[in-house]
Amino acid sequence: MSDELRTILLEQVDRLLADTVTPALLRGLEQGIWPGALWAEMEGLGLTLALVPDAMGGAGLGWDDAAALWQVLGRHAAPVPLAESMAAAGILAAAGITPPAGLLGLVVPGEAGLPWGRRAGHLVAAGGDSVTLHHPAAAQEGRGAVSRLPFDRRTPGPQVAAAPMPATLGPDAASLAGALIHAAQMAGALEAVLDMSVDYATTRRQFGRTIGGFQAVQQLLAQAAGEVAAAGVAAAQAGRSAARRGLAGAEFEIASAKVVCGEAAGKVAAIAHQVHAAMGFTDEHALHLHTRRLWTWRDACGAERVWARRIGTAALARGGAMLWPDLTARDEGAAA
Amino acid sequence: MAGLRFDLRDTPPEAPALRAELRAFLAEAGREWTPMVRAYSWMGFDREFTREVGRRGWIGMTWPAAHGGGERTAMERYVVLEEMLAVGAPVAAHWIGDRQSGPLILRLGTEEQRREFIPRIIRGECAFAIGLSEPDSGSDLASLRTRAERVPGGWRINGRKVWTTNAHRCDFMIALLRTEAQPDPKLKHQGLSQFLVDLRSSGLTIRPILDLVGEEGFNEITFDDVFVPDSMVVGEVGQGWKQATAELAFERAGPERYLSSLPLLTAALDDLRAEPAAAEAVGRLLARAGTLRQMSLAVAGMLQEGKAPEREAALVKDVGNDWEQITLPETIRDLLDPARTPPQVTEMLGIITMVARSYSLRGGTREILRGIIARQLGLR
Ligand SMILES: Cc1cc2nc3c(=O)[nH]c(=O)nc-3n(C[C@H](O)[C@H](O)[C@H](O)COP(=O)(O)OP(=O)(O)OC[C@H]3O[C@@H](n4cnc5c(N)ncnc54)[C@H](O)[C@@H]3O)c2cc1C
Repeated sequence: MSDELRTILLEQVDRLLADTVTPALLRGLEQGIWPGALWAEMEGLGLTLALVPDAMGGAGLGWDDAAALWQVLGRHAAPVPLAESMAAAGILAAAGITPPAGLLGLVVPGEAGLPWGRRAGHLVAAGGDSVTLHHPAAAQEGRGAVSRLPFDRRTPGPQVAAAPMPATLGPDAASLAGALIHAAQMAGALEAVLDMSVDYATTRRQFGRTIGGFQAVQQLLAQAAGEVAAAGVAAAQAGRSAARRGLAGAEFEIASAKVVCGEAAGKVAAIAHQVHAAMGFTDEHALHLHTRRLWTWRDACGAERVWARRIGTAALARGGAMLWPDLTARDEGAAA
Repeated sequence: MAGLRFDLRDTPPEAPALRAELRAFLAEAGREWTPMVRAYSWMGFDREFTREVGRRGWIGMTWPAAHGGGERTAMERYVVLEEMLAVGAPVAAHWIGDRQSGPLILRLGTEEQRREFIPRIIRGECAFAIGLSEPDSGSDLASLRTRAERVPGGWRINGRKVWTTNAHRCDFMIALLRTEAQPDPKLKHQGLSQFLVDLRSSGLTIRPILDLVGEEGFNEITFDDVFVPDSMVVGEVGQGWKQATAELAFERAGPERYLSSLPLLTAALDDLRAEPAAAEAVGRLLARAGTLRQMSLAVAGMLQEGKAPEREAALVKDVGNDWEQITLPETIRDLLDPARTPPQVTEMLGIITMVARSYSLRGGTREILRGIIARQLGLR
């Protein structure tokens, strides 16, 4: 997708979310209230099939466009499992299976449940050597310990379709997609948390001036800004690599993004709460609606440790002499 | 985020061939480099090496051909810089000239200055020092007091500069000096000017200062009625502050702001295979390294487009400094086993542990950089 079109799409989604996603809506989610109108609008915009090629009735977006979109979604606390459904449809399409309508659940190995699994019309499994589409078995409803959002156990039931795993997706397709989704959403949520903190620091007054005037507070927020910028770059780079080389070929960048965004989530959420102090510790203030997601997404689809180990194991096997050549060769094709 | 953008860039199409050439050259040149040399890297002064780099066209790569430059892109230059830093090449004899003094002269210098200095920098024969800090003016640079007074045909300088890296080995310095007394501290940014100062001028004394590593890394420079001809004023008299801060954007923008201690990771890696905790720790380091590289490339891309990414550069330097100064050395230290680690690795860790203190000081301290970022956030 051209930069210009992407900007238009992202702005459109950003506006839609800005208009719809109120703290009340977010609180409703924790009561299990499904934001049906929002979901319908997103389906109407074709977002659920955005990663599906035009020929199969989708919008033909790349993983880079998708990652940018998920970042916007994360900025608004990702009130619907759009990213998961979108990725599942994209994976099906890449394997040659026409995605069915409705919410698709992406089964990620090792995950105890699926966000809003109860509402999934179908489940998609993508690991090893096959991509499969299933009717879901009955849901065992649950909710995230920290997010308090619907997070349901739902195992794949009868198989509807199956196809061999395409090489570009690779045997870890679902895990990689899950990591990319959560890295991108964290990158967006981090922006929101930083913005809220800067706003708070420029309005809350103590000792006769705004607390943002105190250098200690400035230094904390500047540090947070560095982390937020790093997270954004890591997520974008992961999306770009996946667009260029497929999920399988982007393992390093996706893993890196999950690590960098996860580390940033820990640091920035801590700084945000320090700056908001008692007000940010209340249920009433909206900060926790975002920081609780950061803490949740950090651990979703593999915490930093898991992905760091993958990168590290590969680098150790390659050895010191290949460390720099490997790092620079990734986007330079033939080099190495 | 708050007006800061880091658009992803690609390395240029020429990169693979350029890298191959550089790697062959650096492997050969680096045969004898000790852990000390590699750990010192962009502070390490080696004229012979610099002349070789110049001969290969890797200094002034982006400058106009009319002055002997290579007219190559900023992104090609970026490739050269990162390859040099990744192996810890001793680049100090041309680093400053290539990074900031040359570009400053090209942008604001007279035609005569360009003709005199640019070809010499390109050949690796004119090494530059940075003459900013003074005993009483560090972070508060604009408070500086070293004076240049008008005299017939030029200027007379009195005062002191300090921490001037490699001045005792360099040929020239671009000095920021006070050309107009400014009793009102609120107006301290006015009345400053930049000069090209020959480090062999009479009345100029250079006293090397031993650093904590045990090297004569920086100096104190005393000016005692040093005469500088009019032809050595850079840009406009009185515009020194604006000029120098633009120059600082170049100083902060490079990959040396995250790569300084990479040679330690490279050197230690093979030895870490036996350490069970290494996979996760190394993975975390590399996740950041790849990200910092993309951030640094984003800044290089802005330079390429002729933008002045002062704030972006400050942010990347801040995040990068943390990684090269704290995260990387601390991680390696934690993983090494004295019973197993080869002495070269232990030695390099030791030197980097000491040298790394300077990463968050020079080119603007961590606190000053975060102040710049806070301003960008609208907090001040
Ligand atoms: C190895 C090395 C090489 C160098 N090479 C050169 C060179 O070639 N040329 C040159 O001109 N200079 C050079 N410098 C000097 C460097 O630019 C200064 O060290 C730096 O600007 C800080 O000044 P200072 O050391 O006087 O510290 P100070 O300004 O005295 O600062 C001391 C501490 O106070 C903090 N501080 C100061 N002001 C503020 C503030 N407003 N808000 C919050 N915190 C503040 C600082 O962050 C720092 O932590 C070099 C320094 C080193 C270490």
